[in-house]
Amino acid sequence: MAMGAIRHWLAMGGYAFYVWSAYGVMAAVLGGLAFFCWRRHRQSGAELARLTTPPAGRRE
Amino acid sequence: MLTRLANPARFMRVSGFALPWLGGASAAVLAIGLVWALVFAPPDYQQGESVRIMFIHVPAAWLALWVYLFMAVASGTALVARHPLAEIAAQAAAPIGAAFTAVCLATGSLWGRPMWGAWWVWDARLTSVLVLFFLYLGYIALVNAFDDQSRGARAGSLLALVGVVNLPIIKFSVDWWNTLHQPASVMRWGGPTIAMSMLLPLLVMAVAFMLLFAWLLLLRMRTALNERKARALRLYARPAMPGTGRAPSLPDARPAWR
Repeated sequence: MAMGAIRHWLAMGGYAFYVWSAYGVMAAVLGGLAFFCWRRHRQSGAELARLTTPPAGRRE
Repeated sequence: MLTRLANPARFMRVSGFALPWLGGASAAVLAIGLVWALVFAPPDYQQGESVRIMFIHVPAAWLALWVYLFMAVASGTALVARHPLAEIAAQAAAPIGAAFTAVCLATGSLWGRPMWGAWWVWDARLTSVLVLFFLYLGYIALVNAFDDQSRGARAGSLLALVGVVNLPIIKFSVDWWNTLHQPASVMRWGGPTIAMSMLLPLLVMAVAFMLLFAWLLLLRMRTALNERKARALRLYARPAMPGTGRAPSLPDARPAWR
């Protein structure tokens, strides 16, 4: 019964390919953008922290 | 409020506080919107279950336009007020707008195939949105095409401002020309003509995309500020040239023949 309901839902009334592709494209594009922006943000923060804590260099 | 935030140091403080809240809120609202759109929203009496594509297609289209408007206003501010944060905001917004436009075009194509029988038609609405996508890409390419960052930013700002003409064309294309694309049913005079059971998940998805935009914008602006500061630090951290006692000259400023 539950399996049948899930299969019915996944079939999307015959439009499964179009509906799930659309949601998949959205997830891939927005998720990918979010991931790469987040990673670059983290890297830029780490790089700045490395530069602002000097070993023994001169610092004005 | 905007002028108070326009100080980069204060911006970093405020955005650092807002970032996790915005990220969490966009994830939560997006989860609610997705479940609502995919499970609880009713199928359309004509389009059946394929109407569920609308819940991402339409908010993505709204964001594609609004992000461009944001980018154009920020570009105008950058040109007039010469404020670095305005320039950074415009450049941070461009890839986000391009992503929303790409989602709008791709989902529209996937919706058009079963409903219109074609992946793509060269009609006024679709073509003008494709032009919007190329405006985003052109802006990104132009900004990065100059060795001198400030010249690239200025050229990009001009392009962004000129491209604003495209926004009313997109909005009113469905009224001005005979197109296959259906006219507005939410943002129209006289109120929406869409059933509440579909309007509510649509608005939830729109709010989720707006929160996502705000989160990504702050994230990208902070990244740009971090990278600019790191570049400046690297230049000043170079040891003074021996014998001169002067500050080192910047490598970019040195003539190539030396």
